[in-house]
Amino acid sequence: MSLTQQFIMIGFVVLGTMLTRFLPFLLFPADKSTPKYIQYLGNILPSAVFGLLIVYSLKDVGITTGSHGIPEVISIILVILLHCWKRRMLLSIASGIICYMLLVQFIF
Amino acid sequence: MNALGFSFWYPMVMSLTIFAGSMEFVAANMLLGSFNPFQAFTMALMINARHLFYGISMLDKYKGTGWKKFYLIFGMCDESFSINYSADIPKDVDKGWFMFFVTALNHVYWFTGAAMGGLFGSLLSFNTEGLEFVMTAMFVVIFMDGWLKEEKHISSILGLGISALCLIVFGAENFIIPAMAAIIVMLTLVRKPIERVREK
Repeated sequence: MSLTQQFIMIGFVVLGTMLTRFLPFLLFPADKSTPKYIQYLGNILPSAVFGLLIVYSLKDVGITTGSHGIPEVISIILVILLHCWKRRMLLSIASGIICYMLLVQFIF
Repeated sequence: MNALGFSFWYPMVMSLTIFAGSMEFVAANMLLGSFNPFQAFTMALMINARHLFYGISMLDKYKGTGWKKFYLIFGMCDESFSINYSADIPKDVDKGWFMFFVTALNHVYWFTGAAMGGLFGSLLSFNTEGLEFVMTAMFVVIFMDGWLKEEKHISSILGLGISALCLIVFGAENFIIPAMAAIIVMLTLVRKPIERVREK
């Protein structure tokens, strides 16, 4: 691929990405009232989205291969328990990462 | 990018313009293939389809932020959305500027990281294995935060359950779109019962 072709490729990736980000705002502009159904989705969707994102971030973890997802499960349980106990976002996240890194680098 | 043999400015340009983690890796791989803008476009749509959900969730929050709104939407990656959606912004702080700086700092960090990786990636020696868990940890924490606050857990449960099920059925590469569709369908089906309960 020539340099120009590479730039065009990147340009189309940008176009596709931006379409996914701008589309809802173009379809439902702020100066018009948003349909009730979309308002309902806007309220209820986020909880489901974060469930989806958890699964998305774990999609390449193999249950039958490697460490069988054990470091992931242990670290997630730690994050959940810490968060229920202290409710400090950064503490929960940092502890989870450290726990996971120690597990995958030294134990599994 | 370094490992794929790209010059340092590729990750820099992509981190500034695309600003979506997984997409940039796919884009790098596509640049090694044949020239096919249509494929680039449709891949971007598919991989980033989750942004549609972010947009619907942020319609209200981004309202009234003036000219900053354009940049807020442009920079609405996983991280910007997660922080801007879940942050409790104090009353005396301008929410437009708050979210603008969250997005801009994300953008700067992302760009700096890509630039450093592009320039010095081959010199990196300390073991970062496992660092990617930061995303999972952040999503779990925000999910828990929502869980502890919400009255009904139906949406949380559906989101987690449907996604897990679709991952098993469709596999890691293809599960996002069916999962999104199923989530919309299920949330639509439970709308009536939920709103009936609220009215009582």
